[in-house]
Amino acid sequence: MQDFSTITDAIHSFLLSFLPGWLTTTVECVLIGVGLLLVYALLALFYIYYERKVCAAFQCRIGPNRVGPWGLLQSFADMFKILIKELIHLNHIDKFLFALAPYLVIIASMLAFAVLPWGNGLQIIDFNIGIFFLVAVSSIGVLGILLAGWSSNNKFTLIGALRSGAQMVSYELSIGLSVLTMVCLAGTMSVGGIVEEQSDLWFIFKGHIPALIAFVIYMIAGTAETNRGPFDLPEAESELTAGYHTEYSGIHFGFFYLAEYLNLFIVAGVASLLFLGGWMPLHIPGWDTFNHIMDYIPSVVWFIGKAIVLSFVIIWFKWTFPRLRIDQLLSLEWKYLLPINLFNLVLMVCIIVFGWHF
Amino acid sequence: MPYEAFKDNEYIEKLVKELKDNGTNVIVGSLDKLINWGRSNSLWPLTFATSCCGIEFVSLGAARFDMARFGWEVARASPRQADFIMVAGTIVNRMAPVLRRLYDQLAEPKYVIACGSCAISGGPFRKSYHVAKGIEDIVPVDVYVPGCPPRPEAMIYGIMQLSRKIKVEKFFGGVNRQEKQREFLESHPISEVED
Amino acid sequence: MANFQEKIAKLFPEATFEGEETVMISIPDVKWHDLALALRDDEDCLMDYLVTIVGMDWTDQLGCIYYLMSSKYNTMIGVKVTTTDRERPMLHSVADVWKVACLFEREVYDFFGIIFIGNPDMRRLFLSIDWKGYPLRKDYAEQNEVSVENERQSDMTDTYIELPDGKVEKKEVAIFEPGEFVVNIGPQHPATHGVLRFRTAVDGEEIKKIDVYMGYIHRGIEKLCEDLTYPQCLPFMDRMDYFSAHNYHHGLCIAIEKAAGIQISRRAEVIRVMMDELSRIASHCLFIGTYCMDLGATTMLFYTLRVREQILDIMEKTCGARMTFNYDCIGGVMQDLAPDFQKDVKALLEILPKNIKEYNKIFTGNVIAKNRMEGVGYLSREDAISYAVTGPSGRASNWACDMRKLRPYSIYPELDFEEVTATEGDSMARFKVRMREMEESAKILAQLVDNIPEGEYCVKVPKVLKLPVGRWFTVVEGCRGAFGVYIESDGSTKPYRLKLAPPCLPLAGVVDHITRGSKIADLITIGGSLDYIVPDMDR
Repeated sequence: MQDFSTITDAIHSFLLSFLPGWLTTTVECVLIGVGLLLVYALLALFYIYYERKVCAAFQCRIGPNRVGPWGLLQSFADMFKILIKELIHLNHIDKFLFALAPYLVIIASMLAFAVLPWGNGLQIIDFNIGIFFLVAVSSIGVLGILLAGWSSNNKFTLIGALRSGAQMVSYELSIGLSVLTMVCLAGTMSVGGIVEEQSDLWFIFKGHIPALIAFVIYMIAGTAETNRGPFDLPEAESELTAGYHTEYSGIHFGFFYLAEYLNLFIVAGVASLLFLGGWMPLHIPGWDTFNHIMDYIPSVVWFIGKAIVLSFVIIWFKWTFPRLRIDQLLSLEWKYLLPINLFNLVLMVCIIVFGWHF
Repeated sequence: MPYEAFKDNEYIEKLVKELKDNGTNVIVGSLDKLINWGRSNSLWPLTFATSCCGIEFVSLGAARFDMARFGWEVARASPRQADFIMVAGTIVNRMAPVLRRLYDQLAEPKYVIACGSCAISGGPFRKSYHVAKGIEDIVPVDVYVPGCPPRPEAMIYGIMQLSRKIKVEKFFGGVNRQEKQREFLESHPISEVED
Repeated sequence: MANFQEKIAKLFPEATFEGEETVMISIPDVKWHDLALALRDDEDCLMDYLVTIVGMDWTDQLGCIYYLMSSKYNTMIGVKVTTTDRERPMLHSVADVWKVACLFEREVYDFFGIIFIGNPDMRRLFLSIDWKGYPLRKDYAEQNEVSVENERQSDMTDTYIELPDGKVEKKEVAIFEPGEFVVNIGPQHPATHGVLRFRTAVDGEEIKKIDVYMGYIHRGIEKLCEDLTYPQCLPFMDRMDYFSAHNYHHGLCIAIEKAAGIQISRRAEVIRVMMDELSRIASHCLFIGTYCMDLGATTMLFYTLRVREQILDIMEKTCGARMTFNYDCIGGVMQDLAPDFQKDVKALLEILPKNIKEYNKIFTGNVIAKNRMEGVGYLSREDAISYAVTGPSGRASNWACDMRKLRPYSIYPELDFEEVTATEGDSMARFKVRMREMEESAKILAQLVDNIPEGEYCVKVPKVLKLPVGRWFTVVEGCRGAFGVYIESDGSTKPYRLKLAPPCLPLAGVVDHITRGSKIADLITIGGSLDYIVPDMDR
């Protein structure tokens, strides 16, 4: 298995050879920041294209195919346009909060990128509470949405923001509990540690029944967390025009638009980290030849591949199911998911204590 | 699409000629090209329909005509995020201020397509007491698509003409289309909204 | 029939009767409200369904013709009430007798300036608040310029109350309570199916009251028709409810043919009925698609439009257009059928059941869809009749109101089809009724497709068509309910008055009643399930 830390170590020692320590760290930070932004933008553009194609396939259409080969440049064209589109200045709004909100949303998703296990040794920061950090920063996003809805001074955005506040706060519970269930199994909160734990078998197989339940709940709650259909009430197009970002134009709207797709990636990425082994190839105990062949596929491909497959499932939800109503949405969380989740946590603990897992 | 296959619009030919005569700086010119490439290939319509033409616009989005091929399927319900209004259907006296307000809410660059004979001239309802005789007195129009209602193919052609028109616009320096827009807005003023 | 006529004559000696098929009662305004109550409640009448109110301007007097129907006895009568005052014409309101009358009276007020004493909401319906003049009066000449200035908005409405001493007093009433959180939905809003506008007072997510604003696509078709000859009026029918273009054409053609005494060939009848049923399937297909899209399941739209495109192909081959066909004409149909017609219809009938099965699989059985629709927007049978909610929406409330059965026209009596009704009265029932109606329409098509008789498709009609003096009222079944056509002729080539009674106007009128207390998201469900077409209600 290729270990990317050899490359990063080489760069580190190369920089140290002619720069003082503090400068090396600064240069590395800048390099990582630029790289992250690049990956971020490319992933978002890819995801927009991906969703449009997948959606077209579900709807018996072709989807974008005129701009660039197979329409690959379509989302680039969209981004160019959004970048230079006018930012409308509105009167009677809270200008500071209005401008702050899209940045909060995008920062939340960008911070979460820091702890995602991109590949073997390819993780920006791996500290002992990695997964906790991830859950914590992803809840900054809801703040941005609430502020966007409030500061726009528009009734539609206000209703959209309040809906999303109620929704995200509730579903964060489910996410947190299902993450907790898996952390119990892993015995560590460090992202690297969680991946290492799955080197012989992925958690979804290892933890069998409770892990499967946690996985299903995580996917449902994750979809709700990203405000995507069937939980897209905050921006329910047929009810609230564009929901909390009705008043945003130009690149500010672009931030919301990008963050939506990036959050999709993050949810799928975290799901693959917790249940499908992160960057860890598929290993089956006893099948040594098979495991060896699997190791030849680079770890980055494993991680991104898993994330894309899982996001396909989430996109599938969106284009199949009708939207829930706000009271149904909340009762789904509080009456069904939460109790099941708590029970599941107990079940998982029992299984660990008695050693019933594989 | 090759240029020759599409060389049928005198108005755009005139714009191109003007553009060539004026000449441009190399850097600004290529930046212009990039921006126009982005703009012309990413036209997001506003979900706006008043009558029959609107249903043909729905058909345009459906699988048979699939406007997603050109990247037009991202119909935005909020005018702040849309690029053009497809005025599909009759505009009556009561709707005229609403249409104008929607137009004012669009973010620059914004375009208008008058779709169907009602939007162009009032169509079969021209003699009515409550119908605007064309929308050109309400908003500046970029492309007219005739028909009652126009077939989806005609709508595709109309939006493609709009996209061609954007390609020969200038972002830096002489702004041919926007000057006309400003002229229009000055000659059709709207009173300030009181708070 | 004669029985109740005698009874009414005894109770109201002032009333005069005329007409044979549809009895027309003339009554002075003072007695009108009492007569209305008697007509509705009397055991022998039970006229509980107000079909339409036709406002009239006979230059020497203004007035209204009320068409009433009994849901029990299936009889129809007309009532004529007039006033000679042109400056400040007043009639008594029957808004408390039939709930839909409130909306119809507003329409008459808007067009003719007739004030209805006792109507709780005497505002203009289609035209803006500052509109000058009453456009459907014969002496209307004022021109109201198109303006881009926002129209004036008032939170007050007028009501006229008769004091005990006979004087009429104007009173201002507030529409919304002070301090209510009013959200403006529309006219440009993805869920209003066009340009309808709701001012919605909400408490959190709960709806407290809805005030409907129409007229954002009011094109004055009725007035336009007064300046056109009878055949020239026909193309407007395509542009009202553009999904039931054939049905509306059929309705107007029947009315004119009845008046002119034209008998059309059987071939033309069969073609007309087949086209009607094809457009019903296409219309319901689009309904299912847009309804599911409103509920968030966008993909369904693409599946249903697939079938619709196939039907449009069939129509295009014969009529030459995709939407505005202008196919039925006075005396038959415009052109003969395309050679492929039978083959295409058979192909459609083959794929339709599979598609309906697919829709049910994707959407109807879905647990989210069930939760969203079941029990939402309940409309009782009494309310459906009182609010004149016809068509599939009325039938979902267990009111058998299919005009093809109630007032059979064309060849419908010979055909074997079932009138689909449901008892639940909620959004789910309205959805399912339409689903099943598609199957019934397919059944009709299957009966006819191999039995199209030979013959001429259009009989000879005079080049210049003049109708005799008189008035005719016909009701046909559009895709969304009962479509009434009222023609009054003064013997010339042009109609003196052509009133179109669209099914969608009462549908919009009932929205406030059935959404109260439900969530904002339910407004979308209910609005979608009623399936109104805004150009149809606005005309």
